[in-house]
Amino acid sequence: MPHDIGPAVKIDEARATFSVARRNFVDPGILQAEHDRIFNHCWLYLGHESELPGPGAFLTRAVGGRDLLFTRDSQGRLNAMLNACPHRGARVCRERAGVAKIFQCFYHGWVFGADGALRGLPGAGAYQPDFAQRPQAQLTHVPRLESFRGFVFVNFDKDAVSLADYLGNAREYLELVADQSQAGMGIVGGTQEYAIRANWKLLAENSFDGYHAATNHATYLDYLKSTTGGLAPIALCGTGRALGNGHGVVEYKAPWGRPIAQWIPAWGDEGKARVEAIYQNLVERHGPARAERIAHSNRNLVIFPNLVINDIMAVTVRTFYPKTPELMTVNGWALAPRDEHADDRQARLHNFLEFLGPGGFATPDDIEALEQCQAGFSNMREAPWNDISRGMGRESPAYDDEAQTRSFWSEWNRRLFGEPA
Amino acid sequence: MNPPPALTRSDIEDFLFAEADLLNNWRLPEWLALFTDDAVYYVPSTDLAPMASPQDNLFYIADDHFRLSERVKRLMKRSAHVEFPRSKTMRLLSNVRLLAQDAASLSASAAFITYRTKDAVTDTYFGTHYYQLARDAAGLKIREKRSMLASDGLRAQCRISIII
Repeated sequence: MPHDIGPAVKIDEARATFSVARRNFVDPGILQAEHDRIFNHCWLYLGHESELPGPGAFLTRAVGGRDLLFTRDSQGRLNAMLNACPHRGARVCRERAGVAKIFQCFYHGWVFGADGALRGLPGAGAYQPDFAQRPQAQLTHVPRLESFRGFVFVNFDKDAVSLADYLGNAREYLELVADQSQAGMGIVGGTQEYAIRANWKLLAENSFDGYHAATNHATYLDYLKSTTGGLAPIALCGTGRALGNGHGVVEYKAPWGRPIAQWIPAWGDEGKARVEAIYQNLVERHGPARAERIAHSNRNLVIFPNLVINDIMAVTVRTFYPKTPELMTVNGWALAPRDEHADDRQARLHNFLEFLGPGGFATPDDIEALEQCQAGFSNMREAPWNDISRGMGRESPAYDDEAQTRSFWSEWNRRLFGEPA
Repeated sequence: MNPPPALTRSDIEDFLFAEADLLNNWRLPEWLALFTDDAVYYVPSTDLAPMASPQDNLFYIADDHFRLSERVKRLMKRSAHVEFPRSKTMRLLSNVRLLAQDAASLSASAAFITYRTKDAVTDTYFGTHYYQLARDAAGLKIREKRSMLASDGLRAQCRISIII
């Protein structure tokens, strides 16, 4: 490890400064260590249960550098397997998603069930009689597969703590999303698949950074002001919170419309009646205080290392992985109540696209900011440190402080170098 | 009154090449004037069925006329950071087809390649534009432009910060 070059994270409590070495964003040795010590041991988001609606549904997805086959078998159970034939290693499923009873490797014709068990072995007589039952003839399952309120995670470390323990204080915030609908939440059709020419950790930082809105998203804020009928009369204000295990959240009020459930004039009187009914249902199910929090607070949540759930003008689920130290791939999805009224769904997706995604009015400027940071790191020999000190030492950090970002980096540092947070 | 004479493919090509020229030269307010007041502009996600609706599917871009005009306003500002300094763009159109027409409307398609160069990096967008055009005495206007990317998402291009 290149740790002997100097510290990766430098914390000076007395002077209330928190510094992160720019080397962490460019060094291939750091990226290798991240694979070994973070992606091979942390719980990683695989998908949402709603993406596999019935027996036989499957999808393939890259997670943590692996190609996974995610299935719901005939018993309705979820399976996550390495998408590689036990025979010679070819991908047994080359489709993105669909419904299938079996998966046949096209190379030599081995056939597997949705549970990964070998179902067909061409020319079986040439093998030992018990060969088809041996473990090495089956698809390999990921070592750990667990879910929490519909969010499904995998872990490549069989000895990892349980998902519930890993999520810890972040569970509260996943509950605040999962509880939005009695009918359950589901992923909407359509995936935003893009990339950013920057280190993956820059997107973790950016996703719950409340400080950059005023300048980086000036045009988005201009746009909001000119929308029909204006906004809710609410100023941006709130808190940031380190949740432990590297997770963090900012929770705040904002003037934009929330389909669940903060009305804006653009949605008209019919929209107002529906938003009020949704709110009333939340009160009945969760009581007035929790209903108010679900409906009127926004949350940008980062679950270490790379799951973002932003419950803002719409709900986005986002994951990202490094390809190289200077390039990441990003997947973004929209999450919504399964029983949402068609007009509310339309308003939600309209909201989503005005801010979020590589064609929105805000995300492209985030992408630009991250790429310009990455470009600036070429100066790191003479200008080696990033500053993450904002709000340090404050008793109650604000939504535009950096307490949650320090939480991310402390856990990153602990996992890479074994240093206490 | 006699119906207006049918338009030919080369009439449509003239119109689409002029549209591309406005975009290539960042003359976005003039480009916006090519659209009807009820126009829509779509760039769907690439894992959706070809004619999926933006009302219940996540797209990259699904603008009504108001948001399209706001997009133009935004892109003309220095604070549209992703396009500052402005990228250089070049749009090539080919395989233009006039699919249907009557006296007041036409549908057409064109294969496109759009190059965007910024900071010495060139991104390539490609696919097919589908147009619904309105026709009156003053000429043609765009009622719907649907740009179907032929790539797998935006893995290579990272963003869609220009009008492709």
